[in-house]
Amino acid sequence: MSVDYAAQILEGSHRAAARLISWLEDEDERAYECMRKLYPHTGRAYVVGITGSPGAGKSTLTTALTRVIRKSGLKVGIIAVDPSSPFTGGALLGDRVRMSELADDPDIYIRSMATRGFLGGMAKAAADVVRVLDALGKDVIVIETVGVGQDEVDIVGVADTTCVVMVPGLGDAIQSMKAGIMEIADVFVINKADHPGSDMLCAEICARLDMDAQLRERGWVAPVNKTVAVEGVGLDEMWLSIESHRKYLLDSGRFYDNRRERISREALRMIHGELFRVVREQLEQNGRLDAAVEQLMNRKLDPYTLMRDIVTDWLSSSQCKRRRDEDTQS
Amino acid sequence: MARKIKMIMAKPGLDGHDRGAKLLARICAEAGMEVVYTGLRQTPEMIVAAAEQEDADVVGLSSLSGVHNYFFPRVVELMKQKGMEDVLLVGGGIIPEEDYDFLKKSGMGAIFGPGTPTTEIVEFIQANVRQR
Amino acid sequence: MFEDKVLKKIKADKEKWERGPLAKSLSKSPEAKPVFTTISGAPVERLYTPLDVDDVDYDRDLGYPGTFPFTRGVQPTMYRGRYWTMRQYAGFGDAKSTNERYRYLLEQGQTGLSVAFHLPTQAGYDSDHPLSMGEVGKVGVAIDHIDDMRVLFDRIPLDKVTTSMTMNAPASVLLAMYLAIAKEQEVPWEKVGGTVQNDVLKEIICRGQYIYPPRHSMRLTVDLIEFCQKYVPKWNSISISGYHIREAGSTAAQEMAFTIADGIAYTQACIERGMDVDSFAPRLSFFFNAFTNVLEEVAKFRAGRRYWAKVMLDRFKAKDPRSMMLRFHVQTGGVTLTAQQPLNNIIRVALQTYATALGGAQSLHTNSYDEALCLPTQQAVTVALRTQQIVAEESGATDTIDPLAGSYYVESMTDRIEAEVDEYIKKIDAMGGTLAAIEQGFIQKEIQNSAYRFQKEIESGERVYVGINKYTMEEPPPSGLLKVDMSVGQKKAAELAEYRARRDQAKWKAALDKLREVSSTDENVMPYVIEAVTAKATVGEICDVWRDIFGEYRPKEYV
Ligand code: B12
Ligand SMILES: Nc1nc2c(ncn2[C@@H]2O[C@H](COP(=O)(O)OP(=O)(O)OP(=O)(O)O)[C@@H](O)[C@H]2O)c(=O)[nH]1
Ligand SMILES: [Mg+2]
Repeated sequence: MSVDYAAQILEGSHRAAARLISWLEDEDERAYECMRKLYPHTGRAYVVGITGSPGAGKSTLTTALTRVIRKSGLKVGIIAVDPSSPFTGGALLGDRVRMSELADDPDIYIRSMATRGFLGGMAKAAADVVRVLDALGKDVIVIETVGVGQDEVDIVGVADTTCVVMVPGLGDAIQSMKAGIMEIADVFVINKADHPGSDMLCAEICARLDMDAQLRERGWVAPVNKTVAVEGVGLDEMWLSIESHRKYLLDSGRFYDNRRERISREALRMIHGELFRVVREQLEQNGRLDAAVEQLMNRKLDPYTLMRDIVTDWLSSSQCKRRRDEDTQS
Repeated sequence: MARKIKMIMAKPGLDGHDRGAKLLARICAEAGMEVVYTGLRQTPEMIVAAAEQEDADVVGLSSLSGVHNYFFPRVVELMKQKGMEDVLLVGGGIIPEEDYDFLKKSGMGAIFGPGTPTTEIVEFIQANVRQR
Repeated sequence: MFEDKVLKKIKADKEKWERGPLAKSLSKSPEAKPVFTTISGAPVERLYTPLDVDDVDYDRDLGYPGTFPFTRGVQPTMYRGRYWTMRQYAGFGDAKSTNERYRYLLEQGQTGLSVAFHLPTQAGYDSDHPLSMGEVGKVGVAIDHIDDMRVLFDRIPLDKVTTSMTMNAPASVLLAMYLAIAKEQEVPWEKVGGTVQNDVLKEIICRGQYIYPPRHSMRLTVDLIEFCQKYVPKWNSISISGYHIREAGSTAAQEMAFTIADGIAYTQACIERGMDVDSFAPRLSFFFNAFTNVLEEVAKFRAGRRYWAKVMLDRFKAKDPRSMMLRFHVQTGGVTLTAQQPLNNIIRVALQTYATALGGAQSLHTNSYDEALCLPTQQAVTVALRTQQIVAEESGATDTIDPLAGSYYVESMTDRIEAEVDEYIKKIDAMGGTLAAIEQGFIQKEIQNSAYRFQKEIESGERVYVGINKYTMEEPPPSGLLKVDMSVGQKKAAELAEYRARRDQAKWKAALDKLREVSSTDENVMPYVIEAVTAKATVGEICDVWRDIFGEYRPKEYV
């Protein structure tokens, strides 16, 4: 590698970070060398997730919140995720439009990402991108998810504080409260509070939170904030809520528990991904997969045995041993 | 994961004509690109910051308000300053043909006028975009 | 329209014709394509007969010109009394060069003025603002202050000519300057006639010259309407515009539907202010497009008149018939004009002018044949104006009122467009009204989708576009284009510095302070804007006062 992107990123180069992120998105091998170097420098930034239904005002809020955060001098990284088209593989990344007033502040880095088929309201590489922005020196990283339904809650796997944005008058409040989205909120934001019905929505959420609190003991009850993101109203309070959640996490020790859990989950996920990739590569190359599928079709073989055999074979294979040797050398 | 062409579609200046820019953004996305639409009222600084942060392979500038000779070269210049010479710059809109030479000399990859089939534009981008 | 017995016979005869002569002809030579559609994509049948208009009730649906539901026109005599106002939208460079263009056009028989401002003024910036760099005088006239306005109307008597100003977010500032100049010319405001666009909703939808968040912008809009209703009774205090919606890509029916949706929002806002509907509605005016498909355009105008009349009667309980009249300006369809073989555009504009005349417009701008190349040259604008004069004087379209009424096709298409408009209005109501529909991007996405569909039709060759996808040819690059050079910007900047230094600072400051104070209350700002411009405050300075108070707005842009 001719250019040391990792070193440049540690010096704050947006351009180097941008390139590394592209490699991560493309799962380009060149990324991992850099990521190894950057890892020791990560874990410092605080990660805020902004999620909610399409058009709830996530981008507007992200922009307005960033303005508030910047007042305290903190540097901000923004990841804005939009869906890829399942048909063409392309994507229209429109969140940045709302953020253009932030575009030429050198202490803000905004990256639009497409989901590239990854479900859950996030881009696959998002967790890695968080690390890049962290290493780049951003103090707070705000992630705007895809406009989500109810199952797309992957944001909790990345964010320290997850803000769930709701809007009055959509009639889906009660609906979504039943589902997972209620569970993941560390902070509730009722945006478009200039629309009628925000008090009612607020009351509904609070009632539901009370009910929850009676059912089980909770150290943290999600505060409910009202905002008018287009007019910048209520953002100071929202930031205070996020900060007090952070304080709660730190005081209660949950912060490290969460991160430990996350790191373990991620490590497993990466191992899983890599194992799968190399095994699959080998099976495809040596033609064993096609042959096995044929046998499975004819019921000459069952997939349970196949799985066990393949794993056993792989572990004792020379290829496996070679990889092990390579890694101890490097 | 297949590499995707990343494109910025930008509207420099106060120009509100966005029919063409939005159309092209959509059509480039349909051609498999990941297109960041910046929206209206972009300064050259904003456009270049976006291109840098997004690691854009292509920057598209759409201008229908007669300000191309002012804005396009400024974008090119800022990109040069940042060492982003390998980014393909394409432009279009209401631009007199007699200005094409000047714009190309100043660093624009190509200029497309009204009536150009969008397929021609997509093909040009695909053929001339950099490798990363 | 027809008796049952007659209809029955027609039905039988038609079937006979279909089975007989038609079937025979089709079997020998099929039609050129399986479906025929208008440029808006609306289906067109082979033949229209009384069967297609069987539920038209003449008195209920058509009536008489100048009476409800105004389908046939808003005045009893229409062009037999007076032609539409011929009003070319013009402006470039500084006030002086534009004033020369105006006086040339008036000499050539133009009957009204229409000011195209440069983008900095439209966005509320002075010519020396950093964001104005490179833009000064480029695509409109640079007006920063009252002295510019005076030059713009030099030797043009404001009691003899009406003026339309395409000015939206800062509409009150430019109207204030105009009224101040009228005062200087000793023309009483009761005599001043004209229009200011003042339509911020469509700026958010498709034109891009917004400044403030919608709520505050609507307040300025209503302030202006309220002020004119009291003090400038002949002024059209808003021009609710579908023109731009169509140019951005909509179909004919969408153009009408979304414009009426905006009209409903403004009417509602005025009523919420406490105004009686009949006090302001007669001064609401509209602005539409005319494409080349003459019959569809005529149907659109007729459907719009009828639908708006019903909206005002049923929804807003207007009593004054004038409140129910859809009075409108037309501009021919710029986006239908090509850079290729530009002279062909003359023919397109002629057809569009004809559609406008048959459709009963109150005023018209015709585009020049160099539309897709540059701002109009003097030669091109002259041809455009002559096109109007030829249609008015020679074509016969103006001799009788609503000559296409009773055409089975046009009546049936009028009904269809009205039904489509109604469907959209119901949908928008269900979303919580126009502003909500805009905030959710519904209107923008509908327009974008139509633009996209149209582009695909052109590129696939499904729809013929002469000079673009058929009958193309090699041409030398166009020459002799109108150009505005950069020196206008430098001149303006220097001149502004001097202007600011020369004015009575105390008076200027007091006027701006007062404006600032009033703007944070509920009081109507108009009188204070007039004071401010008279005290030599600039467009940018006044708009900045509001930026401080209202904040700036960036709408979501839907692709
Ligand atoms: C539609 C239109 C409008 C609409 C815009 C709606 C919208 N949301 O886009 C409305 C009615 C709002 C409008 C308003 C004005 N307009 Co206008 N408008 C046009 C018109 C008729 C068509 C433009 C268009 O959309 N064409 C269809 C699209 C698909 O084509 P396109 O944009 O040209 O794009 C194609 C190519 O140019 C190219 N392309 C374009 N962008 C890009 C970008 C890239 C990266 C690439 C590769 C290619 C590319 O590819 C596209 C596909 O072929 C033109 C004249 C004309 N016929 O071209 C005037 C025109 C552009 N307008 C003009 C003017 C002056 C104005 C105003 C400034 C007038 C005023 N003073 O108020 C206003 C203000 C607008 C504003 N806010 O900035 C002038 C500009 C003159 C000049 N440049 O010298 C023109 C040329 C008309 C004229 N002759 O006077 N307008
Ligand atoms: N009235 C009102 N409108 C708002 C507010 N916040 C955002 N909006 C509008 O809501 C619309 C959607 O805003 P975005 O910020 O793009 O919403 P989003 O959640 O990011 O949307 P997606 O990314 O497409 O899911 C836009 O029209 C905004 O102007 C608010 O507080 N009040
Ligand atoms: Mg968003």
